[in-house]
Formats: sequence, C-alpha cells, structure tokens
Amino acid sequence: MKPRLLALGDGALTLEFDDRIDPALNAQVIAARDALSALKLEGISDVVPTYRSLTVHFDPLRLDRQALGQHLLDAAQAPPQESALAGPRSGIPGRQSPTRWQIPVVFGDEFGPDLAHVAGATQRSETEVIEALCATELHVFLIGFLPGFPYLGELPQWLQLPRLATPRAAVPANSLAIAGAQAAIYPWQSPGGWHLLGRTPARLFDLGNTARPALLEPGDTVRFVPIGRDEFQRLAAAVATREIDCSAWRAK
Amino acid sequence: MAGQVIEILDCPMPVTVQDAGRPGYRHLGVPLSGALDAEWLALANALVGNPLTTAALEMRLLGPRLRAVNPVSFAIAGQCEAYIDDAYGQRRDARSWNSHYLATGETLVVGKVHSGVAYLAIAGGLGLPPVLGSRSTYARAGLGGIDGRALQAGDLLAVGAGGTPLLLRLPQPPQVAGGPLRVVPGPQREYFTDAAWTRLLNEEFTVSREADRMGLRLDGARLDHDPAYGADIVSDAVTPGVIQVPGDGRPIILLADCQTVGGYPKIAAVIGADLPRLGQALPGQILRFVEVSMAQALAARRAAAATLAECIASMVPGGAELDLDALYAANLIDGVIDAEQAN
Repeated sequence: MKPRLLALGDGALTLEFDDRIDPALNAQVIAARDALSALKLEGISDVVPTYRSLTVHFDPLRLDRQALGQHLLDAAQAPPQESALAGPRSGIPGRQSPTRWQIPVVFGDEFGPDLAHVAGATQRSETEVIEALCATELHVFLIGFLPGFPYLGELPQWLQLPRLATPRAAVPANSLAIAGAQAAIYPWQSPGGWHLLGRTPARLFDLGNTARPALLEPGDTVRFVPIGRDEFQRLAAAVATREIDCSAWRAK
Repeated sequence: MAGQVIEILDCPMPVTVQDAGRPGYRHLGVPLSGALDAEWLALANALVGNPLTTAALEMRLLGPRLRAVNPVSFAIAGQCEAYIDDAYGQRRDARSWNSHYLATGETLVVGKVHSGVAYLAIAGGLGLPPVLGSRSTYARAGLGGIDGRALQAGDLLAVGAGGTPLLLRLPQPPQVAGGPLRVVPGPQREYFTDAAWTRLLNEEFTVSREADRMGLRLDGARLDHDPAYGADIVSDAVTPGVIQVPGDGRPIILLADCQTVGGYPKIAAVIGADLPRLGQALPGQILRFVEVSMAQALAARRAAAATLAECIASMVPGGAELDLDALYAANLIDGVIDAEQAN
C-alpha cells in the first residue's frame, strides 16, 4: 500500500501507511515523524504517531494544508531506521534516542488476578507464561488511550487471548495487562478489558518529569523483569519518595 | 500572586477550570482538553480585561455559589441565571455579557445554565499552577484545575494579578448560529455505505443522555458500515469534532476531552468553526449536518475569527451599574416593580 493523506477534519491531516499492526510499518511512521519534526514548521500543535499512521494537528490559518500535505508525503519517504537503537532522533524535547527499558513486575496473586486464568487458557504453567512474557522484547507502538498508556507488542502467538467478555470497572493503576498480540501498563486506574498479569512499581506517567512526563515513547523497546513481593514494595516506596527516578528502568 | 481569594460555597454540578487546552502532548496520550466553547471563553475574559485564553470556570447545567474574600470583578459569557447577594441582604442581577464587581463578603450565585455551557471569568485569572502548559482540568488523569478535579465546596481559589478595573459590557450578545453543523468527510468515509452518508446529511440526530466533555453520543438513524470494511480499524488519531461510528451504527461526536486515538471508523468531522456550537449542545437537542468543502471550512474559520474580533472591539465601558440605572428608569415608566425578575 502506498502512503496516502487523509483529512481528519479541517485542523488535522493523517499520513496513512496501512491498516495493519507491524513493527516495520511503525518504524516507517517514526521515521516520517522525525523527518517532519526536523522541518520545525510553524502552526503545528501536535504530531501523533500511531501503529500505522502519522497525524499532524495544525492551525489551517497559519499553515497551508496543501503545503503540509506535501511535507508529509515527502516525510513518508524517509528511510526507517534498521533498529530502534540506531542513531539519534530529532525534534522531541527531552529525548536523545530511542531507549531500551527493563521494567520490574510482580506477577500473580492480587497483583495479577488473571495469571491463573491465562495459564489455564493457554495450557501452560504460570511460570511458563511469566518466562515467555519476560523473554519477549516488546516494541512500543503507540502511546494513547490514557496519558502515558503504552501499546506494546507483539506477544508470542500462543499467549494471544481475546479480551475479557466483561471488562473490569476499575483496573488498578500500574497493572500489566495483555490482550490479543498486545501488552500494556495502565498508568491510571481505569475501566479495562485486558487480562491482568502483574503490577509494576514504575511510574508510567510522571508530572514531576516535565521534560518527558511519559516514560515510554513509540520506537522504544521494553522487557519485563520478574520481581518478588518484597522487592516490589521496596521499589514502590523508593519511587514514591523519588529516591529513584525513571532512569532506574533503563536497560543496563 | 495577588492576595485575592474566592471561596466556593456550593457546587452541585461539575464546574471545571478550562483554558485553551494542552496542545503538544497528544503523542503522550494526553488529551487536548480546554474550553468546549473557546469563543465564549475569549469573550468572558475580554470583559474583565484578561488575555483571551486565560483559565476560567466552565459551567454546564448549573453554576456554583461563591463568595469574594477580597473584592474581585468577574464576567459571565453564556446564558444563565445569576445574581449577587450583598452583605445587607440586597440582591442584584449579575447579567451575562457584562462585567461586575463583587465586594468583600458578597456572594455570587450562578443558577441554571440555559446555553449548554457558560464561562465565568475572574479579572486577573485564577492563581493555579499550569500542568503541562495548561490549567485545564482533565479529571480522568487528575491533570490541571484544582488537584485535577472539578470544584468542590470549600475550595479557595486565588486570583492572579491584572485584569481591568473598568467594567465593560457587550452591547449586543454574540449571535448563536443556527442551521446544520458543517462537516467534511472523515478519514474512513469509505468504511460506510453511501446510504449511511446520505442519512448523515439528511436525517435529524438527537443528542442522547450520554454526553460529557469527551463526546456526544447521538440517537437517530443507524450509520451502517460497508460490510467489505467492517467497524474496526487499527487505532489511529482522533480529534475534537470527529464523528466516529462503533459497530452499533450510533455516531459519537468527540469533544475536547476525547482520547488521542480510537479504533472506530470516522465517517465525518465537524469543522473547527462549528466546534463551539457542539460545546453548547445539550441532551435532547436536534442536530443536523451539511457537507462543506475544505475551502469553505477555512473561510468559516476566518469569518469566525473576524466575528470574535469585532465582538470584542464592540465592548463599551459601563457594566451592570449602568444597566441597573436603565432598568430603574424603565420601572418608573412601566410601573413594573421588579423589572429584573421580569427580564
């Protein structure tokens, strides 16, 4: 499919690459985002990369729609980076390069009430589920739904389950959840229909970090690291008192 | 911060602090938020001499009751019932589109909001810290406003410095446009049958009870997806004004607090110039839509900006006090005892 322009109302323009979930497609989106951001055009308020498209929110009284459209089509030709780790990115305040993260998670029990169900549905042991999830390098496709909420993928085929038939009214903040090919962490308490496997002490959205309040950004990669209950409590306390900050979760 | 303070005495319906919103963070999942009707926010601010996007109180259905701990001046944009009780048990009208003084100890009571939304601006603005560049309240994630929530009885609002000591009024309240809401085809227009598109442009839709700052769910004709495409897309960006249609065929118009991305096909989008009218829409209201071109949408934005500028330029000194004199004169002539109530 050739990249094409779609009008999202009269104040936004979407560059659509395709309608699929695919890391290669997402890399193209990120490359286009970087190419466009480098132009530093006047009149743009937001540039939003998604799985498979890039949307620019702009003021049509300050920036000509057709000119912006041409810039987007040009940006669509930007070569995607070989790996999420290659080279710096421009135009994103507070960011130098894509980041590899290692995010601690306490699995099961009250932290992950669906772990047993997921093990049963996939005919594996709980340990196998945890090991498989933690062995997978997950790609950050998109931040959306809630401030700082990452859409991560892709899970091993056998771990892909449909959403809960009845969503929970309140998923606790910091829950690690899976559905389909995706994993996510809820930065806030919210309704949700995904399977809850564990909880992280990491803050996914931190207003104290004004340069980049969302921990993750599209293009980053995440690995989950299993921790015990005591370690979770210790880390959660250290996060609460700001003894440790987000740099603690960078991959060594 | 100036020492002026307002005490919220009562706030039965959600009243939130809103300004121009929080652009620049949508790639982090942070909604735009901000005033549902940016034009009325601008007018309320202009009436008290504030910069046009200064944070003010956004009121829907019912306003708050508040007391001036120190003297302040304020203005209301939108149509609502409002009065001031002074320390001696005297009541005076607090008409919209005028600025008014509130002396120490005086109470402002804003009752029913008849226009769907209304703004209460305080001269000097609200002394609240901006969060990610905005004081707009986004309650779901606790951003902005007072601790990220709607106002509550007992809240003390500091007032910023500045604003005009002069009372102003608008000789002619802004006209509320009628007629169908103008739309352009959405990014997934092709996901819908031609019959669905025709229905969108020819039938009436009613704003349902499911209406909040995130969006308006509409009752009316079903907008069917083309079976060749279905009702799901891989989530991509949305914006206020977009009309998305889930599998049940019932359209939802997104508003200021909408999520940054969504997985439903978007059949159309209300143009920017008509967004304030969506902010004024109430459950039960009938909406119609008409298609316009991108060029017409742009011309409409220019026209709306020009109209707003003219409206602000037309403001004249002399707030409610002068009007009260006029009403008093009218009483003498008409023999009406309480012209304010009759108004």
